[in-house]
Amino acid sequence: MNKATIDLWVGIFVTIGLGAIVFLALKVGNLTSIETKPTYRLDASFDNIGGLKLRAPVKAAGVIVGRVESVKLDNKTYEAVVSLRMDNGYQFSKDTIASILTSGLLGEVYIGLEAGGDPVMLADGGRISKTQSAVVLEKLIGQFLFDKASSGSAK
Amino acid sequence: MTDVTFGYDRRRPVLRGINMAIPRGKVVAIMGGSGCGKTTMLRLIGGQLRQQTGKVLVDGQSVKDLSRDGLYALRRRVGMLFQFGALFTDMTVYENVAFPMREHTDLDDALIRDLVLMKLNAVGLRGAAQLRPAELSGGMARRVALARAIALDPMLVMYDEPFAGLDPISLGVVGQLIRTLNDALGITSVVVTHDVYESLKMVDYLYFVSEGRIISQGTPEEVRNSTDPFVRQFVDGQPDGPVPFHYPARPYAEELAVRAR
Amino acid sequence: MPASTLARGVRRIGAGTIRAVSRAGFATRFFLLVLRHSPSAFHRLQLTAREIYFAGVLSLVVIMVSGLFVGMVLGLQGYDALNKYGAGDSLGIFVGLSLVRELGPVVAGLLFASRAGSAITAEIGLMKTTEQLSAMEMMAVDPLARIVAPRFWGGVISMPLLAALFSVMGVFGAYLVGVRLIGVDNGTFWGNMQAGIGFWPDVTNGIIKSLVFGIAVSLIAVFEGYDANPTAEGVSAATTRTVVGGSLAILALDFVLTVFMFRGLGSG
Repeated sequence: MNKATIDLWVGIFVTIGLGAIVFLALKVGNLTSIETKPTYRLDASFDNIGGLKLRAPVKAAGVIVGRVESVKLDNKTYEAVVSLRMDNGYQFSKDTIASILTSGLLGEVYIGLEAGGDPVMLADGGRISKTQSAVVLEKLIGQFLFDKASSGSAK
Repeated sequence: MTDVTFGYDRRRPVLRGINMAIPRGKVVAIMGGSGCGKTTMLRLIGGQLRQQTGKVLVDGQSVKDLSRDGLYALRRRVGMLFQFGALFTDMTVYENVAFPMREHTDLDDALIRDLVLMKLNAVGLRGAAQLRPAELSGGMARRVALARAIALDPMLVMYDEPFAGLDPISLGVVGQLIRTLNDALGITSVVVTHDVYESLKMVDYLYFVSEGRIISQGTPEEVRNSTDPFVRQFVDGQPDGPVPFHYPARPYAEELAVRAR
Repeated sequence: MPASTLARGVRRIGAGTIRAVSRAGFATRFFLLVLRHSPSAFHRLQLTAREIYFAGVLSLVVIMVSGLFVGMVLGLQGYDALNKYGAGDSLGIFVGLSLVRELGPVVAGLLFASRAGSAITAEIGLMKTTEQLSAMEMMAVDPLARIVAPRFWGGVISMPLLAALFSVMGVFGAYLVGVRLIGVDNGTFWGNMQAGIGFWPDVTNGIIKSLVFGIAVSLIAVFEGYDANPTAEGVSAATTRTVVGGSLAILALDFVLTVFMFRGLGSG
């Protein structure tokens, strides 16, 4: 077991070890995603964000164009202010609508963007004014029962 | 050593009031039964242990008071041969002897090579340079350890039981080497052993230690003619005497009577 | 129970506690000394490289084969459980997360403690028994710098690499079972996995965990070896303590780290 052999094996070991870490980062994790491309920030306020989590995707026409960066509560308006980290390659008009949607019935919660026709585009730090909050199941049921009750009593 | 007292456990001193002087350039033997504190003395000299009272001076310096650097400087001038050799098993004989040189000097490989071969030649093992410690006999391993101990031309060499477990030929060889190296290199040697025959052949002075005290001392001539019962028992190899044969126990008759019931 | 036995028992517990605490103190001082002597371990890179070989390279086979099998079992059991909820397509993310976050660092750590940790302890303990450490000291070479520190760093460097390799082999094993054997769609397997696992926090936390485990196991291994009783039984007891202590340390640290790292996920 001489020096040269040991050095060779240690070199191989360290190389494949680091390679494994890189593999995990790229193929298993998602390092190659938006985080490495230039981005800009947009804000949006919602009455209720439902189950929206940090790093949830922002999609337009089903394509991921950004991620949720932070969620805060505005102390004055008591609305949820969500910061979106958007990919530079995608620009959206001032009258874009941001909705909180669920993929499938029990899937993850994400933000869907529908572009409008306004020629002016949102810039870094801009605010999406038109938003649609999440559908909260309890309110929906409450609404349904209320409607049922009022339509019943109206008869 | 002056009035040295030492114990691993404060309440039970291993060494009591030891007074010993080892003159430069001489070979001195410290003899005694097993477990009487001989190896402890070597460790005190080497600074691995610190005495509770008294002074241990090496070349005028008190070992206990040395700083870390001072201690390391001292150890570079002291060689030690451990019981059974204590060679580094993951290196060859050559690398073992070269170890102190590589660690403490900046000599280049060619020079180290010459020095190592020289030391190995002095102990007669130049041809075994590429062997590993596991492939050596006890005697050969001891000699390699000797070569390693003198690698940096120390001023003092300590031998811990250099004769333990050797065949008669190796005994003679090691004894001879200790003497010749001491005289040829002008070093001082301290030999801890209980081999009376070999020691009397080659040392200049002997100390006898029992139960932590120096019982007797003298030149080989004085020792051979000594009337001290302890020395006599040791030199003549008597099973019973001042060092008792029986480990302390109750009277024999009493114990048998107890068992018979 | 007679009072004397009770008193004796209490005294034993007290003495034992004091012994344990003083040992812990000694261990801490030892750790700091090892750190202080570490620079020399890196000046003499050859020494540390040698230890990386003995700790890491020689563990490769065990780690990678175990990773493969664990991954395959995860694939089988995972699919079985997920399929009940119609979530068979999530196999990739299930296996990926389990391995990267937990099983990779923990299982690789346990295997490392048994294989490399015990070897290191035995080696140092044996050197202590045959007085090689003493001899080195007497030759004015500090064994902490020359023997202990390189082995410590060899272990610390090897652990994250081994954990990563374990996880990769695990994912591969699950891929073999899930995609090739059971028939989960290849794209779905990898796609869901990639979507669900982020480099930050999942992969990086896994790496941090394996580093912490590496430090803990390597420290325990070199300490037990250095502190071992210089007899055959002493070395044997020391290696046992390394494996048991190292394994428990890994599991305990895993819990603590998991709480800190993954506390925030799953909630808003």
